[in-house]
Amino acid sequence: MTAKTLFDKIWDQHLVEDLGDGVQLLHVDRHLMHELSGPRGQLEMAQRSLKTRNPELTIGSMDHVVSTAPGAKGGNAPWADQMIESFRSESRKAGVKIYDIGQDGQGIVHVVGPELGFTLPGATLLCGDSHTCTHGALGALAWGIGTSELTHVLATQTIVQQRPKTMRVRFDGQPGRAITAKDMILALIGKIGTAGGVGYAVEYAGEAIRALEMEGRLTVCNLSIELGAKIGMIAPDEKTYAYLNGRCHAPKGALWDQALAHWRTLASDAGAQFDLEHSIDCTLLAPQITWGTSPEDVIGIDGTIPGNKPEALAYMGLAAGTPIAGTKVDRVFIGSCTNSRLPDLRAAAQIVRGRKVAQHVKAWVVPGSWRIKQDAEAEGLHQVFLEAGFEWREAGCSMCVGLNGDLVEPQARCVSTSNRNFVGRQGPQARTHLASPAMAAAAAIAGEITDVRNF
Amino acid sequence: MNKFQTLTAVAAPFPKKNVDTDLIIRIERCTGMPREELGRYAFEMARYLPGGAENPEFVLNQPRYRGAQILVCGEFFGTGSSREVAVWALASLGVRCLIAPSFGQIFFNNCFQNGLLPITLPAPTVASLAQRAAAPDAGPFTVDLAAQTINGSVHFEIAPRGKKMLLEGLDEIALTLAMEPKIAAFQAADRQRRPWIYP
Ligand code: SF4
Repeated sequence: MTAKTLFDKIWDQHLVEDLGDGVQLLHVDRHLMHELSGPRGQLEMAQRSLKTRNPELTIGSMDHVVSTAPGAKGGNAPWADQMIESFRSESRKAGVKIYDIGQDGQGIVHVVGPELGFTLPGATLLCGDSHTCTHGALGALAWGIGTSELTHVLATQTIVQQRPKTMRVRFDGQPGRAITAKDMILALIGKIGTAGGVGYAVEYAGEAIRALEMEGRLTVCNLSIELGAKIGMIAPDEKTYAYLNGRCHAPKGALWDQALAHWRTLASDAGAQFDLEHSIDCTLLAPQITWGTSPEDVIGIDGTIPGNKPEALAYMGLAAGTPIAGTKVDRVFIGSCTNSRLPDLRAAAQIVRGRKVAQHVKAWVVPGSWRIKQDAEAEGLHQVFLEAGFEWREAGCSMCVGLNGDLVEPQARCVSTSNRNFVGRQGPQARTHLASPAMAAAAAIAGEITDVRNF
Repeated sequence: MNKFQTLTAVAAPFPKKNVDTDLIIRIERCTGMPREELGRYAFEMARYLPGGAENPEFVLNQPRYRGAQILVCGEFFGTGSSREVAVWALASLGVRCLIAPSFGQIFFNNCFQNGLLPITLPAPTVASLAQRAAAPDAGPFTVDLAAQTINGSVHFEIAPRGKKMLLEGLDEIALTLAMEPKIAAFQAADRQRRPWIYP
């Protein structure tokens, strides 16, 4: 038998029909919906009089257009409330379980999928959202889809896909103090560029990946789409199983044992061939921060701003040849499906504890899910943030995408733990610098971009 | 769905790299506006000046490129989010064909679902097509999907399934629904193999 990759094994186990020329019809084990992309698909379903084939294999949550203002219970505009209501009622009609605002289980889909144990190793998981690659951290084969594909999934529980090529990225060595999963993946994007992964399913491997907890692995896989790869994945291991055991949707009892035996067969075989290999030496990494308008525009905090993209620098209001450290910031956002999980909040709180947010900075913490918010409060993390002058908000996407009024002002500079620093992403003319939660917290305190290792 | 067979139309050069879906359509336009109206907001941030007036610098605002149905794009066009609204906005603007060295992958798939032809060609070929589109005496381009050619001379590759879908205006959902017995058979066997997947 030929040696197979993790990707190949899972892909092949889901083959319903070979449609020729590398295009295959695959079974979809898990489907996640949210109130922004969901209603469009549900509308298509209604217009075509289609029935949801397997409503029990889909769950939904509210994240994109919900207000994250403290105490909020809905959208913060009439159109947002309309989308939320339409998502609720269409899901109810279809028999799809929704984790609604104010309930355990509500939050950013890519946070709650794993949190609920809905995301499983070896499963195919799709969602109408490009950061669905996040779920690969548990050894799932997961990617984002558009509205037509979402409708296809609801109607047929399958997806038509061209088989991608495979790439492995090894993160070797142990990173130094204060170097996080975010720094590792940003460094990779800086190295191979935002088109480096186009056409590939990426497997992350190596010592530094194995050393990461599940939350860090989720951060790594989350930015796969920023490499141009729809799919990023990590072979499941004992940490994965320990993380999943006992979660609400995870298998129980005899089914758990059976699942576990299957999951243990999934790792890439020794000698499996990848179409492309890259590696990163983690021992050399400094905390990373972006300076431009693409995630590939990234340097170490000790670096100087390069001059190769004048248009990006003009937008960002930065000058080539100056150090990135010391750049004054106006906003700090700790949140998003990249970095809003409990360990992220703990890392930020550790920097913030006993200090104050700089006077000119408006800083926010937005937990990724209702559950994370409760758990963080039980640990007293909210007190740490509130005492320092942060806002402590309700779970949702918030300022990652600026869709719910959570906007960065024009030309204001924001250090953000999210995943996209595109032109206008956080609001018209907003200037975004991507970094880890600890780096963001340090920027909030210092009032400027600064090296977290000095804290 | 609209069939795509042969298209003769004005081609606009748009060589910007990494044009992401946020740039194609702002997310607050994705919240329920009818598809047909989205064209007005395509490339909104680049197309209009802060006051709301047209930005004369933007390529599609130049008289000769108004209504262009072909865009000759830079590397990695359509990168970013999965929003299909980006494709709808382009379609609503009248765009039927995109030529680029590479595309965002979800965006690329979304094109086929909406009768838009995305053509991938090597960067130097795209650059020379962009040059041709920018030339003062540039005539319209002709894209022949059946023959897989641009202007009769530049050959492009396309996956056979995508080609067939566009040529015949096929609908993927209808095609898959016809395979229901296979899907049912897969699930029946899979329930034995992996019972934990099915609650
Ligand atoms: S947090 Fe940001 S990137 Fe993640 S799903 Fe929400 S909008 Fe998308």
